[in-house]
Amino acid sequence: MSIEQQAKGKKDGEIRYLTPLNIDTNKAKKYCRFKKSGIKYIDYKDPDFLIKFVNEQGKLLPRRLTGTSLKFQRKVSVAVKRARHLALMPYVADLMK
Amino acid sequence: MLFRQQLILTFAAIKNQIIIKFMNHYETVFILNPVLSDTQIKETVKKYEDLLVSKGAKMVSKEDWGLKKLAYPIQNKKSGFYHLFEFTAPGEAIGPLEVEFRRDERFMRYLTVSLDKHAISWAERRRVKLKEKA
Repeated sequence: MSIEQQAKGKKDGEIRYLTPLNIDTNKAKKYCRFKKSGIKYIDYKDPDFLIKFVNEQGKLLPRRLTGTSLKFQRKVSVAVKRARHLALMPYVADLMK
Repeated sequence: MLFRQQLILTFAAIKNQIIIKFMNHYETVFILNPVLSDTQIKETVKKYEDLLVSKGAKMVSKEDWGLKKLAYPIQNKKSGFYHLFEFTAPGEAIGPLEVEFRRDERFMRYLTVSLDKHAISWAERRRVKLKEKA
C-alpha cells in the first residue's frame, strides 16, 4: 500500500496518526556507579555487593543494562569470577534474587 | 685477592638487600575441610603461617571467617572453614606455597591474589571497619 493510499484512508480500521506519537525517549541516563562514587577497587570477598551485577541465574549482566563503564566492567567480571571460585557465589543458580 | 673477595661479598649483600626490599602485597583466601576439629584447623593455619614466614613473608593480617555455607558443593561438602591471610612476600614464595596447598588434602579451595595500591587501601579500610564491628 502506498503512502497516498494510506493518507486517503482506503482501508478501514487502520490506525493513522496525524502527529507523531509521543513516545517517551528521554529516560534517565545510565551512569557508571564506580566512577560516580569513586570506588577504585572491587572486592571479590563481598558477594552481597557483587550480586547487583548478575542476573537470577548468576550470570554477569551486560554493561548496557547496568551502565558500568568498560574499565570497571572488566574489574566486576574478574571479581565475580574470583567469588565463584571461592564458592562465595554460584556458577549456576536459579532464583538467586 | 682478599679485597676482591670482600668486594664480591658486599655485592652479594647489596643484591640480597634488593631482593628483600622487593616485596609484593598478597592476599590468600582458602577453604578448609569442614570435618576438621578446631585444634586441627588451628594447627593447619599455624603451619602455613610458619611456612610463609620461613619463605621471607611478613604477615599483615589474618582473618577467620569461621564455618561458612558454600554457594555450591565442593567435594560433596556444603560448608567449609574460610581463612584469609594478607602478607607481603617476595614473588618466589608464592609458588611453593601453592604447591603445598595443592598437596594438602585439608584444603578444598585456595586463591592467592596480588594487591595493587587501591586494593591495599581498601584492605586497610576493611580492617578498620571489622575492628569497629568487633
